[in-house]
Amino acid sequence: MSATTTPAATAPRPVSPRPSRSGGTRRGEAGAGWLFVSPVILILGTFLLVPVLMALWVSFSDWSGRGSPLSPNVSFIGLDNYAAITTEGLATRDFGTALRNNAWYVLLVVPLQTALSLFLAVLVSRRILRARGFFRTAFYFPSVTSSVAITVLWMFLFSFAGPVNAIIAWFGGEGPNWFRDPRGLVHVALSGLGVTSGPDALTQNTALGLSWWDWLAGPSVAMFALILMAVFTTSGTFMLLFIAALQNVGYDLTEASMMDGANAWQRFWRITLPQLRPTLFTVVTLGLIGCWQVFDQIYTGTQGDPAKTTMTPAYLSYTAAFGNNNWGIGAAIAFILFLIIIVFTIFQRWALRDRPVSRRRIRAYQSSAQRKGAAS
Amino acid sequence: MTDTTLAQAATLAEAPAPVPHRRRRLTPGSVAGQIVLYALIVLLALIYIYPFLVQVATSFKSEQEAALDPISLLPQTFTVAAYERLFLHSDFPLWFANSAIVTILVTLGRVFFVSLAGYALARLRFRGRGIVFALVVGVMAVPAVVLLIPKFLVLNQLGLYDSYAGMVLPLLVDAAGVFIMKNFFESIPVSVEEQARIDGAGTFRVFWSIVLPMARPALITIVILSFQGSWNELSHFIVATQSPELTVLTKGVASLSSGQLSQGTQYPLKLAAAALMTIPVAVLFFIFQKRIMNTSEGAVKG
Repeated sequence: MSATTTPAATAPRPVSPRPSRSGGTRRGEAGAGWLFVSPVILILGTFLLVPVLMALWVSFSDWSGRGSPLSPNVSFIGLDNYAAITTEGLATRDFGTALRNNAWYVLLVVPLQTALSLFLAVLVSRRILRARGFFRTAFYFPSVTSSVAITVLWMFLFSFAGPVNAIIAWFGGEGPNWFRDPRGLVHVALSGLGVTSGPDALTQNTALGLSWWDWLAGPSVAMFALILMAVFTTSGTFMLLFIAALQNVGYDLTEASMMDGANAWQRFWRITLPQLRPTLFTVVTLGLIGCWQVFDQIYTGTQGDPAKTTMTPAYLSYTAAFGNNNWGIGAAIAFILFLIIIVFTIFQRWALRDRPVSRRRIRAYQSSAQRKGAAS
Repeated sequence: MTDTTLAQAATLAEAPAPVPHRRRRLTPGSVAGQIVLYALIVLLALIYIYPFLVQVATSFKSEQEAALDPISLLPQTFTVAAYERLFLHSDFPLWFANSAIVTILVTLGRVFFVSLAGYALARLRFRGRGIVFALVVGVMAVPAVVLLIPKFLVLNQLGLYDSYAGMVLPLLVDAAGVFIMKNFFESIPVSVEEQARIDGAGTFRVFWSIVLPMARPALITIVILSFQGSWNELSHFIVATQSPELTVLTKGVASLSSGQLSQGTQYPLKLAAAALMTIPVAVLFFIFQKRIMNTSEGAVKG
């Protein structure tokens, strides 16, 4: 590598083309700079930029998976693929179901993981606590393991004759057949109150091929087990973010409020939490972005079953393309998903805008965010 | 490995400053509170640890026992049948080897390319630097899941589908890593490099023998992230490969999970496979624990 990288630097010494601030020692920087970044540009360009453009084309084409999507036999069909999943028919119903499932997943996972990780961080940040390191390790460890390994474990824990149901039975209850149970939690709760079918206003009107009553079904029991898994595996990562933020919280204010007679509960809500606001925003947004990308767990565990209640847009996009050769539809789903995620990213930018955040804190977010990205 | 651990312990560059106030207030009233608190935290820790303990325990049980007594942590009849089957009568060793090869190549490649680019973006002045950096940041925003179909299309187009090259090349560079390295290089003083430049060293030489050794803490971060990221990666290998010889651990264990290689539930077998695939990342985690936890814990624990 050095042979290809050095010529610019060791090139004959004639006059440097542009005057630079540090004179002769900065000779050949432009060449070296481009050489140094070229592998990154080449690989990111080839495997990220070009693919996205190609997939964008496929989402507007009738490519069936045979030959190259760039061959002349493939024709432009406009928004047909997008229409197929948003107007009517089976594809629309599947897409609506996937969106419904994932929306409930987001709705439950994000608040739960945020609250739990904050709670854990506060617990293990207490100065009086012994063996803090042990507890932090215990809470963080699930975040290290791969999503495949944890899903395999989860399928066992929540199997009908598995440990979770055994523990429920131990307390005298009867656990559901978790991963075979397609009933929505809201519907289950309502049928407990004697409501088994929705009012006409909800059952007669549909959106994306799904009645409003079905939209409001809640996550299925199977999905709920996956929701618990997401909370279990992500709370450790976010706990680390909160621990870092808690260490930056000034003690002076806390001390002053203690003098004023505030109890621990008041101190947390009035003094500590407001100072954690930027971190809170980050955790919520990272959670929102991550939760729309549920794929590994579905691929490894449920494959969308039971009754498509664990189908997510990401997995649907995969099965549409690789399973059913509906490449255009698969790509269209992926781009709609991309749009959803971009909206949440912009929301984060907007929410964090104009807030004084220290450079150190920004760095702490970023490194932890990367870690999370790598872990998922 | 110990010297690495010591070195990085000494150079926890970004660890927050230790908290100045550490006071113990143990009034009689708070003792009861402490007990409740401890009970709660121990219970929580149990909930977090128990699944892994029961996983290991079940992998040593027979299939009947796993179904009859799923919660006990001690197998009544200890058997290694699941492991025997994995190692002797399945492709597990092959999956493991493939994962190891890919992970090592990806980690080595990423450390080199990412630090090279990070250095250029932090230190070298060249036209277009801003655009390159904007590209890197922009790419970080693209979610991996959206790339499933696109990646397959390009690999197929380039004839890299179902090959080691197709498995490794797309993972070789990681925009987030470039970002981390750039930030790091900007945080270290430029004077040493300037000296070497004045002494006549070329840009690559300065980078390789002066800058890189100084960047050890950041490089360790990159190693951890790349190792963990590529070892645990699933979706890329789903769309990049097809043949059994190129199956990696995540893909192989996922296929075990969906019952493609077995009849019945086979929980001991599946859990054994999942436990084994966790070992390398767990080892990495425990080696670099303090660094990953990014706290001053090690310094004040006592």
